[in-house]
Amino acid sequence: MLNKDQIAQRIAKEVQSGQYINLGIGIPTLVANYIPDDLEVVLQSENGLLGIGPFPTEDKVDPDLINAGKQTITMSKGSALFNSSESFAMIRGGHVHLTILGAMEVSENGDIANWKIPGKMVKGMGGAMDLVASAENIIVAMQHCSKDGQSKLLKECSLPITGIRCVKKIVTDLAVVEVLPEGGFRLLERAPGVSVQEIIDKTEGRMLIEGEIPEMSF
Amino acid sequence: MINKTVANAEVAVADVFSNAVLMFGGFGLSGIPENSIKALLNKELHGLTCISNNAGVDDFGIGLMLQKRMVKKMISSYVGENAEFERQLLSGELEVELIPQGTLAERVRAGGAGIPAFFTPAGVGTEVADGKELREFDGKLYLLERWLKADFAFVKAWKGDTAGNLIFKGTARNFNPMMAAAGKITIAEVEELVPAGELNPNEIHTPGIYVQRIFQGKDYEKRIEQRTVSRK
Repeated sequence: MLNKDQIAQRIAKEVQSGQYINLGIGIPTLVANYIPDDLEVVLQSENGLLGIGPFPTEDKVDPDLINAGKQTITMSKGSALFNSSESFAMIRGGHVHLTILGAMEVSENGDIANWKIPGKMVKGMGGAMDLVASAENIIVAMQHCSKDGQSKLLKECSLPITGIRCVKKIVTDLAVVEVLPEGGFRLLERAPGVSVQEIIDKTEGRMLIEGEIPEMSF
Repeated sequence: MINKTVANAEVAVADVFSNAVLMFGGFGLSGIPENSIKALLNKELHGLTCISNNAGVDDFGIGLMLQKRMVKKMISSYVGENAEFERQLLSGELEVELIPQGTLAERVRAGGAGIPAFFTPAGVGTEVADGKELREFDGKLYLLERWLKADFAFVKAWKGDTAGNLIFKGTARNFNPMMAAAGKITIAEVEELVPAGELNPNEIHTPGIYVQRIFQGKDYEKRIEQRTVSRK
């Protein structure tokens, strides 16, 4: 089983040079720690920055420079600043190549639910609905099962939907899973020490297994 | 040059009335009009509709207006980090409309730009689409969203001049420029107010035409919600 950092580390392998990328809050934010230095990528923050740099040292903290999670940040070389309308124009316009975000549920046709639990205080969707409605490539980082052991890879989402038919790949603590264009999950890799059978048992949606399933490498 | 300068926040907000629709720039607590909010707190106002990406925190920003029960309705994309907000929402005292962040930004932009409605993919297939017109363009579904405008828009900039031209700093720009354009009366507060002619016209983010009143702000707290530092 992978911990959160290992999920982030595995997702970082999906990143390609030349990409503009939006990282969501939580595990996705950790992905930045594992992107190899020799890849030329630009991280977008939807509150108005292209080129998120590392967190600042104490003496460089600037309240006028935060990411979408409201954390203090720095700017990398070649950064650009803009307003929120322009930020989402570049998201909806398809200029951001890759979006990595967390989820509560993903269905086998690629629907994602990650913003609302009925009966609980609703905090809002933030930019998630705009991102999932627009990005070419959406990778979800999440645990394979909920805390009470229920599968989060479902036939249909039970929670309110954030976006439809948009997720392309899911990296969980147990597996790397592709969402097939025609619907259904396909198992690509299993976490070290995790059996194919365990992944099948913990996946409610249809899971296609083809040939030997390799163990993840980092 | 038209001089937009007013003496201070109290003068700037003097004619804000109950049941008005107000816009506030800012993302989290970054780039919020701190001085205008403080001045509004000293007025007897109620029934306000506030359009702002977030609702502040319990003891700062719009959170303070919620504490004083001045707000009837919030229109936002994300409203976490605020216990009083949650209490008023669950008790039914406060009405909330949650909007995808990009849709919120574009609705405000549309309001200032004279575009009554537009189609966006955000929210298709979700409860955000309930009751809205859906239309297919080139094989993909989009939903119709309407513009947002306000009686008063409160924005905060880094520098401004007496003609109302504004320059923002860092990610404190966020919703401020679109809200400046969408307010019938836009009130800008700045960290540094200079005479017209001193700012480089090439560097203006918001032209003064959108700003009706401008004042030199003071005592900025610029609170940080998630101070995150690296050691090296």
